Amino acid sequence: MSTSDIAPDARDTALQEKALAERLASLWATPRGILGALSTVDHKIIGRRYIVTAFIFLLLGGVLALAIRIQLARPENRFLGADIYNQVFTVHGSNMMFLFAVPVMEAFGVYLVPLMVGTRNIAFPRLNAFSYWIYLAGGITLWAALALDMGPDIGWFAYVPLSGPQFGAGKRADIWAQMITFTELSALAVAVEIVVTVFKQRAPGMSLDRIPLFVWSMLVTSFLIIMAMPAIMVASTTLILDRLVGTHFYNPAEGGDVLLWQHLFWFFGHPEVYIIFLPAVGMVSSIVTTFARRPIVGYLPLVLALFATGILAFGLWVHHMFVVGLPRVGESFFTASSMAIAVPNGIQIFCWLATLWDGRPQFRTPLLFVVAFIITFVIGGLTGVMVASVPLDTQVHDTYFVVAHFHYVLIGGAVFPLLGAVYYWYPKIVGRMMNERLGRWVVALLFVGFNLTFFPMHILGLIGMPRRVYTYGPEMHWGGLNLFVSLSAVILAVGFVLFFYDAIRSAFSGEIAPENPWGAPTLEWATSSPPPSCNFERIPVVSGSYPLWEEPHALSVATGLRINRRELLVTSISDASPQARESSPRNSIWPFLAAIASTVMLLSSIFSPWAVVWGSVPIAVTLIMWFWPKGTPEDIS
Amino acid sequence: MRHRAVLDVSDLPMHGLEAASPTWWGTFGFMLLEGTGFALVIAIYLYLLSLAPQWPIGAQPPRLGPGTILTVILVISIVPNYWILKWARERDLRKVRVGIVVMSLLGIAPIIPRAFEFPALGISWDSNAYGSILWTMLGLHTTHIVTDVADTLVLAALMFTRHGDNPRRFGDVQDNALYWNFVVLTWLPLYICIYWLPRL
Amino acid sequence: MRSGFKPLLGAVCAFPLSGCIGWQSALSPHGAQSGSLLRLIWLFVVVCAVVWILVIVVLAVALFRRRPIGNEPPLLEPSRESRLNGIIAAATVMTVLVIGTLTLVSFVATRGLDSADENVLTLRMRGFQWWWEITYLDASRPDRIFLSPNEIHVPVGRPVRVRLSADDVIHSFWVPSLAGKKDLIPGRDNAITFTATRPGVYRGQCAEFCGLQHAHMAFLVIAETPQSFEAWRRSQIAEAASPSNDEEKRGQSVFTVKACAACHTVRGTSASGSLGPDLTHVASRRYIASGLLETTRGSLAAWIADPQTLKPGSNMPSVPLSSDELRDVSAYMASLK
Ligand code: HEA
Ligand code: HEA
Ligand code: HEC
Ligand code: CUA
Ligand SMILES: [Cu+2]
Repeated sequence: MSTSDIAPDARDTALQEKALAERLASLWATPRGILGALSTVDHKIIGRRYIVTAFIFLLLGGVLALAIRIQLARPENRFLGADIYNQVFTVHGSNMMFLFAVPVMEAFGVYLVPLMVGTRNIAFPRLNAFSYWIYLAGGITLWAALALDMGPDIGWFAYVPLSGPQFGAGKRADIWAQMITFTELSALAVAVEIVVTVFKQRAPGMSLDRIPLFVWSMLVTSFLIIMAMPAIMVASTTLILDRLVGTHFYNPAEGGDVLLWQHLFWFFGHPEVYIIFLPAVGMVSSIVTTFARRPIVGYLPLVLALFATGILAFGLWVHHMFVVGLPRVGESFFTASSMAIAVPNGIQIFCWLATLWDGRPQFRTPLLFVVAFIITFVIGGLTGVMVASVPLDTQVHDTYFVVAHFHYVLIGGAVFPLLGAVYYWYPKIVGRMMNERLGRWVVALLFVGFNLTFFPMHILGLIGMPRRVYTYGPEMHWGGLNLFVSLSAVILAVGFVLFFYDAIRSAFSGEIAPENPWGAPTLEWATSSPPPSCNFERIPVVSGSYPLWEEPHALSVATGLRINRRELLVTSISDASPQARESSPRNSIWPFLAAIASTVMLLSSIFSPWAVVWGSVPIAVTLIMWFWPKGTPEDIS
Repeated sequence: MRHRAVLDVSDLPMHGLEAASPTWWGTFGFMLLEGTGFALVIAIYLYLLSLAPQWPIGAQPPRLGPGTILTVILVISIVPNYWILKWARERDLRKVRVGIVVMSLLGIAPIIPRAFEFPALGISWDSNAYGSILWTMLGLHTTHIVTDVADTLVLAALMFTRHGDNPRRFGDVQDNALYWNFVVLTWLPLYICIYWLPRL
Repeated sequence: MRSGFKPLLGAVCAFPLSGCIGWQSALSPHGAQSGSLLRLIWLFVVVCAVVWILVIVVLAVALFRRRPIGNEPPLLEPSRESRLNGIIAAATVMTVLVIGTLTLVSFVATRGLDSADENVLTLRMRGFQWWWEITYLDASRPDRIFLSPNEIHVPVGRPVRVRLSADDVIHSFWVPSLAGKKDLIPGRDNAITFTATRPGVYRGQCAEFCGLQHAHMAFLVIAETPQSFEAWRRSQIAEAASPSNDEEKRGQSVFTVKACAACHTVRGTSASGSLGPDLTHVASRRYIASGLLETTRGSLAAWIADPQTLKPGSNMPSVPLSSDELRDVSAYMASLK
């Protein structure tokens, strides 16, 4: 049926199911070909790209990790020299934090939040497209620099003065700082989109107390991003100014201060770790609910715990600076606040345990990942409580004890739930199931490999091994444990390789997935796998927290939307009562071009401050074209 | 899954305004993040001030003239900005056209004293940390003025085309006016920091 | 898995002074501060282990306890929910109590760390990329002030206060067997206090990433009886030994004529550079180049011949010397006890 056959004000009630599906499919479709791919604004396509890209960065970062482990396997090893080693661990850390962990969590938000709240696209879909391209450009910048032996070599937190104009020679530190700008720009854009999607586009009836916990976690994460990332933007910008035009923010000789950098960085850096962790928590809640076959115990405490973590996250940054010699009273305050965050984290663990206890757990791969998560994350959290103690931290700060802590919380606390989430949502995203038997192997290898790799690092730290050393002498007697760690990392790597193998293989030959393979309760399972380009042929209406459990046989829906333009529902913030039928923008190439223009500007500004001036002209042009109305039905009101 | 129609939304408006509009909330989101940026820059200023043995470092406090003129212009611009918000709400195209031209001019006007503000600081960005933070504060705020003016000019052009008479455009005008209020509001603490704290 | 600590600790304590295992370890304390820190570490480890085991036991029971079979999502019974919520609340209260106690304990431990003492020995330590300069201060006797790069000697039982500062980038002072760490920060002054309780050789290492050779920025703390400390001090205050044979004499003149003297000081000669370590008593120290090589005539020669291969990026350039000059100058260096 072509567009001309349809009356301009035709509603979805005018068509039969099948005709409606076809009509909506052509209305929301992404055209084939390169141009279509570059101009799509479909949150599912963009989310999928984000996820795949982030996992590629995990793989690349993992390869660097293996290089680190080879170098450290024996004392006085010569596999990597000092210079390469410093680039490798810096890029490993920066890549894992900025190019893998944060983006992958947002990517899941971009894909899932619109589906889980029952809408047809994310808010500001073009901004979403833009954010992906910017992210990609940032990632390529960092890795191209490493390939050209221009990789940053200053650690992932780039302390001044080492990264400053006097000691950070060449363009290495600038590359680092600009990579930050790229990734933060994209993160901020996604954060605003998610906030508005959750605030304004929830399915009618999805009042605040019915929002799925994963969506809550993405909402809190997005606010963390909005409040924390400006700090790193300010920090990296002032660093570039110091390096490029001779300002003195970090120069103590001219009234600047070295610790200012650390305050700014960690004011961002601490919330950053919860930006990674909170979405993982949301994933755990989803998986636990489905596989314990029981509504979650303590919905309200869990939501409050998310908020408490989010708020407390801004009061902890100094715990990364316990040995810089700040006043004792201040340090003790930050010990107290750091330990206090164990309370909301504990509440979450307790709620999941209670749900599992009272439910009927089904041991499928996603749940196994959750079990692995609880076992390892609690260790990492407890070592977090240890390093939160000022006197104790004076011994273990900047040692492998801390390296062990943060890999326990990052991998045990975030990557395990993430992989569980991949097994859980893969059928929805790809339309095929992953392999259950391989999945069990993946869990087992990763769990065992992980603990064997990282547990001994606690001991290494206590027996004196500092972090970020490219080698150590045989007289230190760290060789044995390091060799053990490096060999165990092989098990870990095999686990990851098996995971990637399963994920790729299943895309081609996995069992075809039904709509709701796990019998899960939330809205993303109420549409086909993978979802059609419009997500839902009719927008769902909900009357409980677990719509598919409460009404298993038919989905309540709203009718009366137009079918000549991309249309979705806008609802009120608290009780999600319908307010308007809003249009959603069409595909456009301009976000892509704007991203190119921004990339050119940001990269040239490493070399000349004037690039900011002339570089903003093409950006302005692309932005105007992006927003200028094209007279499509979406513009009617 | 089978569908069961329980809600008819055909009578809803085809576009949400203000709190019912996603862009309105998006604007708030961006204000929140940029506001955080401004707050951080002020925090850096106060931090450096607290460390310095004397403040300003190696300079006289900035001359008050240009900054104060700019402040007055910005505060005055709130009035037509308020009118344009009202007219946009009433969807009065003619008045909105007048208003947006006025706002374009009132957006360009402060750029002139701003150009004189930088020299009035009496210190260069590369003299010391005090100069650096001053230039950064002014620079950051200037980019906000410039981007908002650019936005206003584009919108003004748009209002005189056939796309103008459209509730969506009135919504855009409202969002733009809100954002201008934000630009004015964030200037006030910066003004106090730059011009008055060193005089205390 | 936690029980892995115990045997390891035993092994570590078995060789306290072998200059090997345990000479740089928070688990084998030989100082007042590190001793109380280790007690704190153990307290935390035990408490955390108990919490972890409790969680794991509950998890295991939750997963494997018997229950009615069935697959359908159960309906909620308010009474069950409120019982579960009650248990969660109780666990939360327990958590608050535990962390409250731990906070208090660490607060008390912090206060015990720097004891003000009349009898304190004060040193000044400056960090450079990538070596340490230690100055022994003596307020009343300026002629008793001397420099001792990369090696600190302290009398057992006497509190030592190290004033820390840096001119280039951030470094961090850390001798785990004696005390925790403290950063050396450009533009800021810090200090750390420790008291060695047993004689021995303890190794310290820069703990803040400071660039290319951060891995090779170690130093030694040698704790000895007050008598031998005084003897050492006297020997360090003395000017450099004068060359005793022709080879050393030639070496001295190479040293003062070539670039060496521009960077290094040898008190008693015309060499008075200050970009590199003071070499007046270089051969009396156990290691050169911040823990890189044990001091021998051979290692001195190797270092002087090619510092950039041994420690790439080091701020000492390779100074072109003929093989004779190299032999002489290293003989001279080796004589500077
Ligand atoms: C996902 C990421 C993540 C998470 C969740 C955490 C969680 C925590 N972290 Fe961690 N942290 C990092 C990532 C993370 N961290 C990283 C990347 C670094 C290093 C950066 C670098 O230097 O490169 C770091 C470093 C770091 C430091 C600085 C160490 C140093 O450099 O010397 C500190 C100090 O306080 C700290 C503390 C904590 C605390 C208290 C928690 C708490 O949130 C943990 C709370 C959880 C629990 C406590 C377990 C569950 C609770 C119960 C089962 C209840 C019962 C508990 C009790 C009774 C105690 N972290
Ligand atoms: C989410 C974040 C994340 C993740 C997942 C990891 C994963 C790993 N990390 Fe990472 N790490 C950090 C974040 C992370 N790290 C950070 C922030 C730092 C601090 C950096 C700094 O100090 O600045 C750090 C530092 C760090 C160090 C300390 C370096 C130093 O201080 O000198 C070490 C040392 O062992 C290490 C090891 C590992 C290992 C073995 C893994 C393993 O889990 C990796 C697992 C392996 C793979 C994923 C690879 C699988 C792929 C293959 C086997 C290749 C197959 C080949 C092809 C198909 C081509 N990491
Ligand atoms: C440009 C400055 C410079 C010159 C010239 C120079 N050195 Fe050095 N030297 C250094 C620095 C800096 C170190 C510390 C290096 C390190 O540990 O990273 C050092 C270390 C040493 C050490 C080890 C000292 C210790 O206690 O660790 C010796 C011995 C030494 N130099 C001898 C010489 C000799 C002999 C010459 C001349 C042939 C010479 N140096 C020329 C700067 C210089
Ligand atoms: Cu000095 Cu690391
Ligand atoms: Cu932290």
